[in-house]
Amino acid sequence: MKAVISVVGKDSIGIIARISASCAECGVNILDISQTVLHGYFTMIMITDIDRITVPFTEFVDRMSKLGNETGLQIHAMHEDIFNSMHKI
Amino acid sequence: MLSREDIQETLNMIREECLDIRTITMGVSLYDCQSDDERRLADRIYDKIMRSAKDLVSTGNEIEKMYGIPIVNKRVSVTPVAFMAGGISPEGCVRIAHTLDRAAGELGINFIGGYSALVQKGFTNASRTLISTIPQVLSETERVCSSVNVASTKAGINMDAVAEMGRIIVKTAYLTRNAGSIGCAKLVVFANAPEDNPFMAGAFHGVGEPETVINVGVSGPGVVASAVRRAGNCSLAELAELIKKTAFKITRMGQLVAREASSRLNIPFGIVDLSLAPTPAVGDSVARILESMGLEQCGCAGTTAALAMLNDAVKKGGVMASSQVGGLSGAFIPVSEDEGMISAVRSGSLSLEKLEAMTAVCSVGLDMIAVPGDTSEAVISGIIADEISIGVANTKTTAVRLIPAFGKTVGDTVSFGGLLGEAPVMRINTGSPAGFISRGGHIPAPIHSLKN
Repeated sequence: MKAVISVVGKDSIGIIARISASCAECGVNILDISQTVLHGYFTMIMITDIDRITVPFTEFVDRMSKLGNETGLQIHAMHEDIFNSMHKI
Repeated sequence: MLSREDIQETLNMIREECLDIRTITMGVSLYDCQSDDERRLADRIYDKIMRSAKDLVSTGNEIEKMYGIPIVNKRVSVTPVAFMAGGISPEGCVRIAHTLDRAAGELGINFIGGYSALVQKGFTNASRTLISTIPQVLSETERVCSSVNVASTKAGINMDAVAEMGRIIVKTAYLTRNAGSIGCAKLVVFANAPEDNPFMAGAFHGVGEPETVINVGVSGPGVVASAVRRAGNCSLAELAELIKKTAFKITRMGQLVAREASSRLNIPFGIVDLSLAPTPAVGDSVARILESMGLEQCGCAGTTAALAMLNDAVKKGGVMASSQVGGLSGAFIPVSEDEGMISAVRSGSLSLEKLEAMTAVCSVGLDMIAVPGDTSEAVISGIIADEISIGVANTKTTAVRLIPAFGKTVGDTVSFGGLLGEAPVMRINTGSPAGFISRGGHIPAPIHSLKN
């Protein structure tokens, strides 16, 4: 199973490093990163594999939100099914 | 692999365009609570609801977190209480209502539906008793919602019930006068009431429904309005296609959440209700969709045609997206709950008569409309009779949720707060239909009801 992590906010040094470290701690494997910075605004969509996740997924969602609050970013982790159900028949 | 564009589109719908799941509603049958002892009946109802729905709110919250989509309400609907109230005194009925209110409070849900009676063909003693207690119940409880089905295409219109509901609505408005007559916002008069409707205040758990069931109502007027705006100057046929595709995507969310809730709670999945349900928030308005289709303001000429097309396209897109569709399924036009409708009424563009015409082509009816507090019982009954006739003649659900706001007059505003919003008091035709209403009796079913 996969999860999508979306990040939006003001650019700063080490955003990806911090999120990646959190993913690694929870056994979440990063598959794909697509990221841009426009007018100092950072947006990233990260696709991850959560088959070997070591914490309940809802706890991982909370950790990501908390990390977002600490760094002034909006970070959301969402199960892939919401995207699959909307865009694939 | 998921594409970045698809992911971004979904994220925009949720964050910018107010996409949400409006409600997960658990239907609970009360049949096995029967007792001739009023206290025991109430206790059994309490136990049944608490047992069935104990995990509803926590499960809803977990699903919300997992998929990152807001699930605004978790609610419960029960067997129409009139079916449980055979031989029960008015005090017994009120006791049941307080029991429902207490259970809803302890479950952490904001509304519980089913203080209801079905009287389209005539009254049972129990339904007569229950209806007589509605004003008291709505003034003494916080979360209980009530509905009365007074007509159907098969049975015709019970005009005695229409007359009675005029009296009940006026009394409810009076008893809840210190809170903007809010009791009337929790009371719906129906024709052809659906038995699997997840939306309040009209939700109840119908007689043919299973023991327990999960029904889900989706929302998303903001998503449709944005899609229409982005489409620019295209033809109406192209616009209809676009609305269908958007409705499909919205409904797939509902289907996903309904399946997930059903499997986690181990309760059968009932239906997804394909309604476009507005909220008072800016960017979540059905009126604004109509305006983005090219109307100067909701209520002007062309409004009914635009709404008919919108409603049809929503159903066509939605029906493909869900294995079972039901409930009300259509665009809602509740005045107080729709920022664009409120604005159209304030500027004089939208009248009660135009709203009535609009209800012929969408769900649900004259919904959340404040009228002057001195409106007579007969006029309220006349408005109900008109609206209900549209439903009966067109084989569709119509409903009336009028608020004769006590002490208020045209131009005043009544505020209910939260999802119920605020309603400008509307001008109505005050000519009296009392002679017509007081005839009583039954308007026979239309000829096209004889389909066998």
